[in-house]
Amino acid sequence: MLLLGALSITLLLLVTLLYSVLTEGWGILSTRLGDFLTGRLAISPARAGISQGLRGTFFIGVFVVLIAFPLGIGAAIYLEEYAPRSRFTRLIDVNIRNLAGVPSVVYGLLGFAIFVRALRSITGPEANGATVISAGLTLAILVLPIVIITSAEAIRAVPDNLREAGFGVGATRWEVVRSHVLPYAGPGILTGTVLSLARALGEAAPLILVGATTGFLTEGDRYTLASLQERFTAMPIVIYTWAGRPQPGFRSATAAAIVVLLVVVLLANTVAILLRNKYEKRR
Amino acid sequence: MAPETNLQPVSTSSAPRTRLDIKRSESDVPLTPPQDVEVFEANDLSVYYGAFRAVRNVNMTVCERQITAFIGPSGCGKTTLLRCFNRMNDLVETARVEGKVLYHGVDLYHPDVNPVEVRRRIGMVFQKPNPFPKSIYDNIAFGPKVAGIKGDMDEIVERSLRRAALWDEVKDRLKTSAMGLSGGQQQRLCIARALAVDPEVILMDEPCSALDPIATGRIEDLMEEIKSEYTIIIVTHNMQQAARVSDMCAFFTAEVNETSDTRTGVLVEYDRTEKMFSNPSDERTENYVTGRFG
Repeated sequence: MLLLGALSITLLLLVTLLYSVLTEGWGILSTRLGDFLTGRLAISPARAGISQGLRGTFFIGVFVVLIAFPLGIGAAIYLEEYAPRSRFTRLIDVNIRNLAGVPSVVYGLLGFAIFVRALRSITGPEANGATVISAGLTLAILVLPIVIITSAEAIRAVPDNLREAGFGVGATRWEVVRSHVLPYAGPGILTGTVLSLARALGEAAPLILVGATTGFLTEGDRYTLASLQERFTAMPIVIYTWAGRPQPGFRSATAAAIVVLLVVVLLANTVAILLRNKYEKRR
Repeated sequence: MAPETNLQPVSTSSAPRTRLDIKRSESDVPLTPPQDVEVFEANDLSVYYGAFRAVRNVNMTVCERQITAFIGPSGCGKTTLLRCFNRMNDLVETARVEGKVLYHGVDLYHPDVNPVEVRRRIGMVFQKPNPFPKSIYDNIAFGPKVAGIKGDMDEIVERSLRRAALWDEVKDRLKTSAMGLSGGQQQRLCIARALAVDPEVILMDEPCSALDPIATGRIEDLMEEIKSEYTIIIVTHNMQQAARVSDMCAFFTAEVNETSDTRTGVLVEYDRTEKMFSNPSDERTENYVTGRFG
């Protein structure tokens, strides 16, 4: 009964949250959804849109997928399949777990120090380094430990007799990893990585530190390579600033933005589940 | 395929070749009966897991185109020893070998020997059927593919499955998952998979322990059939099986170490199977094969 109660309270809270956000944002979502998605940040809540926020969030996702996923999965393969089971390896393992628990603000500071300040000439000299490149790299580093841990766990769950079967016919370690371990661990790795992607898309604190803006963002909705070095914003920052605006119209704008972000994250998770089911069937 | 071709190194792979290209002069082969050609020789072989000695001081030779059975109670190091013969123990990080294993006179644990190449020449079938969770076809094709064997893969697959007496049962569903096969079929698939890379030796680690008597009988028939081309070493708990299929038989037992309460396997007796089961020289062997101990 207690456990059921725990579940009910959790669900109740979530449903309440969803309900209040939906009712609050419904006005905008039902009347000017297209406008809202393609419009830019504005002083007046009646004209405000989130295209720049969506763009920033999109590029952050791209950075996480392109940087954190390969690095993290590669590191996990090394840790599980190649590294000797020494005290040193265990130490690294424990430390990666600790890194996953470090508050995101700390990663924000790290990103500020490295990408915004030290690497300014690369990340965007015009915008003083406060660009979507810095943000994407920072969030990629933020989720890297999570990607490593979940991938390593998926790889560890691969039965040893599968590896032995591979070695037994004269495969090298890499051939065994590529042909048997990774396909078997794939669904697990996929689930973990996409969950970490969802986390990265929802983070606000590091973005504040690397200088996401909502002030005078005149451009910021172009999807070109050059635009990566311009000032930027992202969905969590849009929500954060709008929530602080005094005009009553921004209440519903905030709620609508929250709904959009939730849908984006849900979409990512759905894709992950669909892919996982597809690959698990082939086992 | 003539058995002699198995002795040639598989030269198409890009993997660095070492000294496994066995120098067996032609004069060795022709007139001597095949029984007398030594494949393996273990010299004072001991295996450790960390500080724990699992098997000690084994001396034995294994001859070509015979079935050699390892019998003995659980925990006497049969499997551990078997896994020394294709360096499968390398995968256990704490495992360490002392003494020598010679394969046609080449020290398998010499630093120049590539363990991947060893496992290609000396195939293995495991206790639990462990097909890859892929199609039947891919299960067979994987070995030849990584070995860099060129040729018609369809033909290799068919030949391997035929040799493992599985072809007729699966020829219409080669593209379906191997996990859908029965346990006995899976184990024959594993044997076919081992045969596909044309090894010279096949190590079998209790291949029938997870199978029913009918499937077991099939595997035993299969062993009889392929022994004209392959050298087989089988670990078994089933003494009737050892008596039925093997030409040579080695009996191991476990010595309890007084000080550490651990068990170390020792080779008690090694002889022709008929002798081992009718008139063993060692009392411990007799007790075991007559069922008074074990």
